Parts: sequence; C-alpha cells; structure tokens
Amino acid sequence: MNDSTDQAPALECRDIVRTFGKFKAVDHVSFSVPEGSFFSILGPSGCGKTTILRMAAGFLEPDSGDIYIKGKSMLGVGPNKRPVNMVFQHLALFPMMNVADNIGYGLRRRGVAKAEIAVRVKAVLERIGLADSGAKRISQLSGGQKQRIAIARCLVLEPDVLLLDEPLGALDLKLREHMKVELKKLQNDFGTTFVYITHDQSEALVMSDQVAVMNKGVFEQVGSAQELYYHPDTAFVAGFVGDSNRWRGRIDAADASSVKLTTADGLSFAATPPKAGGLGAGGEVDIFVRPESVQIARAEADVQAMDNRLQGRVESVLFNGANSRVLVREPRSGGEIDVALPQTGAFHELRKGEDIWLGWGKDQAKCFAAGEAG
Amino acid sequence: MKKRLGFYLLLAPLLLWLFGLIIVPHIDMFFLSLQEKLGPGDYQTSLANYAAFFNEPLYWNTFARTAIMSILATMITLLIAFPVSYYIAKLAQGRIRAVLFTLCLLPFWVSELVRTFGWMILLRETGVLSHLLQWTGLAGQPVEMLYNDATIMVGLVYTSMLFMVVPLVTTLDSLDNAHVEAGYDLGGNGWSVLREIVIPHAMPGIVSGSIVVFMLCLGNYLTPILLGGKSSLWFTEQIYDQFITRFNWEQGSAFGFLLLILSSAIVWTGLRLTGQNLSSTMGDGGER
Repeated sequence: MNDSTDQAPALECRDIVRTFGKFKAVDHVSFSVPEGSFFSILGPSGCGKTTILRMAAGFLEPDSGDIYIKGKSMLGVGPNKRPVNMVFQHLALFPMMNVADNIGYGLRRRGVAKAEIAVRVKAVLERIGLADSGAKRISQLSGGQKQRIAIARCLVLEPDVLLLDEPLGALDLKLREHMKVELKKLQNDFGTTFVYITHDQSEALVMSDQVAVMNKGVFEQVGSAQELYYHPDTAFVAGFVGDSNRWRGRIDAADASSVKLTTADGLSFAATPPKAGGLGAGGEVDIFVRPESVQIARAEADVQAMDNRLQGRVESVLFNGANSRVLVREPRSGGEIDVALPQTGAFHELRKGEDIWLGWGKDQAKCFAAGEAG
Repeated sequence: MKKRLGFYLLLAPLLLWLFGLIIVPHIDMFFLSLQEKLGPGDYQTSLANYAAFFNEPLYWNTFARTAIMSILATMITLLIAFPVSYYIAKLAQGRIRAVLFTLCLLPFWVSELVRTFGWMILLRETGVLSHLLQWTGLAGQPVEMLYNDATIMVGLVYTSMLFMVVPLVTTLDSLDNAHVEAGYDLGGNGWSVLREIVIPHAMPGIVSGSIVVFMLCLGNYLTPILLGGKSSLWFTEQIYDQFITRFNWEQGSAFGFLLLILSSAIVWTGLRLTGQNLSSTMGDGGER
C-alpha cells in the first residue's frame, strides 16, 4: 500500500467475496471511495448491498478479498475498533437514553472527559440545528429529528467513513425529499466520506458523487448519476435507473454505431449499440427509450427527420405538473408507450383518443443483448 | 345497559375470588392477630402478639434470615437466568430455541414435592452423590449434603428458575439487534453494551422476574423444610408451627401479617432502588 495515507482512498474494497451457504451475496466486488465524497450503492433488495456495508462496518468478515480504510487493512478488526460508524436502517437510537446521552455514547466509550463530552455534544447539536434538544427523550422527537440525531451520534466521533443503511426508508415521502437535501448538506458541512446504500434510485441520484449499481452480488456499473442515466453500460442499469420504454427485437443489421432491429410485432427501430459492442445480425436485443427523449407531434412531417417514428392514439393523460406524462397506445403491437409532456406546455390540451406521432433519434435508444433487466 | 351487565358478570368471578379468598380472610386474620388470649375463651384486644415477635429473638432472627436468604436466592437466580435467557432470546435460532425453552419448563411438569424429593435422593447421606464420591475415592465415608443453607439455596434457585427466565426472555426478545450492533459500532465492548444497552432494556423483565422469584422464595415452605430440615429456620415454618402445632391462631395471624408487610416493604425498596415502578414492569414488560 501507498506510504502516504493522505493519498489513500477513505474506503477501498479489493475483490471481496461473501457467501451465505450456497448463496453468493457478494461476488468479487472491488471499488474505492475517495476521501470526502458521497458514494452510493444502488440495487434491488437482496442484491448484496447490505452485506457489503456490514463487511465495511465489521459485522461480517469477507470470505476472501480485503477491505482498507485510509490504507489500513480492516481484516480481523472488530466493529468497535474500526474508524467507521453506521447509521442503521431504523436508526437504532437508544430509547433508554436522552438525546445528549445518545450522542455522547461513543465519546464515553473512548474515555473522553465528561466536560469535554458536554461541549462536543452541544457543538454537534448546534450544527444539526437541534441545539435545545439535548435533554429530550428519543420518543419526543419527530422522524426527521431522529434522523439527524442518528447521524450526529456518528459524526461526533469524526469517523473516516460514515455508512448509511437506507436511513430514509421509514420516512414519509415529503420528509424523505427534504432529508435528501439535508443529508447532502450535512455531508458537505462535515466533509465526511459517506457510503450510502439504497434501493431508491432518486435518493442515490440526487445525493451522490458516485453511484454503484449492484445486482446479484456484482457491480453492474459505477459512475456519476449522469453517466448512469445517460450512458448505461448494461441492460440492468438502463432498466433500473430511471423509467424507460422497452422493446425486444431481432437484429437485422449492426455496425459499430448503429443497430437496426425488428420486433415480433413487425415494428422496426434504429438504436445505439453498447460501448462493449458484440452485437451481430440475428441476435435478440432489448432497446430502452426514456419517456423524455420521445418527441410528440401532431403531424408526421414534424418527426420526419427522426430515426424512429410511430403513430399512436392517446390512451390517457397523467397530469402531474412538470412531470406530466401521456400514455400512447401503439396500434401494431397494442403496447403502451410512456411519453413525457414537454415542459413548455405545448401539448397541454392533448385529450384522450387523439391520434399523434412520436419520434426519437437512434442516439436516444440504447440497445443491449436481450437478457435480464431491472 | 346490557353491556354493563356483561361487564359485571365477567368481573364477578374475579371480585368473588379477591373478596372471598383474599380480602375477607385477611381482614379476619388482622382482627385475630389483635386478640390476646388471657384464658380459655377469654380474649382482649391488644398488640401482645406483635410484641411477642419483637421480644423473642428467635422469631425475628428467623424473619431476617428468611428475608436475606430470599434476596440472595433471587440474585443468584437472576445471575444464572440472565445468560440463559440471553442465549434463548438472542443467540439460539428456530428449533433449538423452542427446545431450550421447553427444557427450562420440563421440571415443572413434575410436582414440587417430587422434585424436592429428587434432590433429597441425590444429596442425602446414602444418596447418589455420596455414593459416587465414595466410589471415586474422593470421600472416605458417607457425606451428608442435606440440611444446610447451601442446599436450601440450591433448592430455592432451582424452583425459581423458570419464573425468572420467562419474563427475561420476553423482554430480551424485544431488544432490537441493531441496538446491540450500534453499541459495538460506536466503540462499545461486550461489557459496556451489556451495561448501557442490554440491561436497561431488560430492566422491566429483571424487576418483574425478581419480584416473582422473591415472593416465591419468601413464601416457600416445602423446599426449606425438606432440604433444610430442622435447622432451616424459615419464617413460613414458624407460621405453620403457630397455626398447626401450637394451635395459636392469634400468634400465627400476627406472623402472617408481618410477613406480608415485610415482603411489600422489600419489593417497594427494590423498585425504588432500581428506579422502576410497578405499572411499568407489569404493564408493558414485553414491549418498549
């Protein structure tokens, strides 16, 4: 390992494997999290993300591979000896202690002097905006306050890495939206490295510097939110991150920059092949098209220049302010296509039963070998 | 109106039981305890029966001894039952858990008398253990292991075990594993997690189990008499003596009342010392 520990990533996992009986929960995963960044692991439940987090925290040991925190191997180091702390899914605040004692718990374990503990607890309570809550019981706090206390309880120990296990899962939608912003802000203020696991893509996309999409024990792709959204590497990522319209078809012709395919219903599309390539004529593929990359037009002439064109009938209009959608029924396949309404309000008078044209470029259609997608 | 009637009908057996078997006999006993026997059929109201207790060292020595032994038995039971309960509630899984719990229950399928005789067969001079010691050469002659305080203690702890394990398993079961993990994660070791997280959580179970075990020990008659013999000096034995052997019901009633006051006082002190109250331990012992 590098001698200067300043250069070492806050958390690094090298080729870690963990099995439970015959089930491979984590299958040769490697990644590193730079100091001070917000790293998320996004995946459906049972994909192994919790196992990774618990291995980093020290509650589980990997079967093979190694975990480094600031360049030091953590194998065989107990959870109480690691410079990481964890915010649990249900927060695990101690109900028999008041807020100040909860936050001071870790400092007491380190043998910090009583007066010093009081000062540091007070300081951290001020930073999270709950200065006068020290004497409150945990049951007197609201969901959002509990959240902040649980994070403060860890941050007061100044850990090298803070691990968060879906802490927003138990909150209602509105509070969750609010806490997303708050968490990001806390992370910025304290400058601590956050490793966050979630199955909620919007949490991961909004807060993270880097997101790893995980499925069946392996990382499908690691990248920024934009990279995952606009340039998915695999079918799973394309399907799991964001909404997509999907078609399955057989390749008629393929080259390095474009693929032509026909679906079972006889629809023809042009799409972009994945970076890795490897698609040949005759192969079965899935294509993914985002609702917001489909253009709506009343006349065919308006979408004439597009690589892909379809005519359909408006099935229903789902008005939701800036996130309004229309569901369009395509007559050949009978399938529904999900289309985002332009935010200019240009099609606000669209009604059920109208015939319209849809079009999108081949760059907007991502094509992957048919298989399992999220 | 009909609802009311149903309520009272349901309440009736409880009230009958409370009044007929507990309150009325106690009131009667209270008045009886205030009667001083002057001659055959000649009584006067006085506190003489209570005075007799304080004037005779044997009585209150037995009284204090019973209290101290019961407290000790409660503590030993707690110390043994806690790890057992923790294992059943937190570490054992699935079938093992049920089997272990049943094993704790198993001795109670046999009557207390038979169980106590079982101990006597093991521990008496001509018993199994004595023979075993002689056979292995550890003892040169028969060893009498009955009729001492240690044996009484073993018997009391053995009899009380289940009544401590059940409330403890219930409260420990409701302890969220994440709390224990958080305790370690924030730098705690086994001892500090136990002291700051597990025990405070289990406190209602500890207190309710201790109250039950203490009451059972204090009021136990069979175990001290059979395992402790003549030297057992247990207060219930004194009460039995007054009622049955001496036919001095007035004195017996006074002793009965003193025992009631003693147990209430000790339970109250115990609750005070641990900062618990009866409603929190009995009311929602299982959840928090």
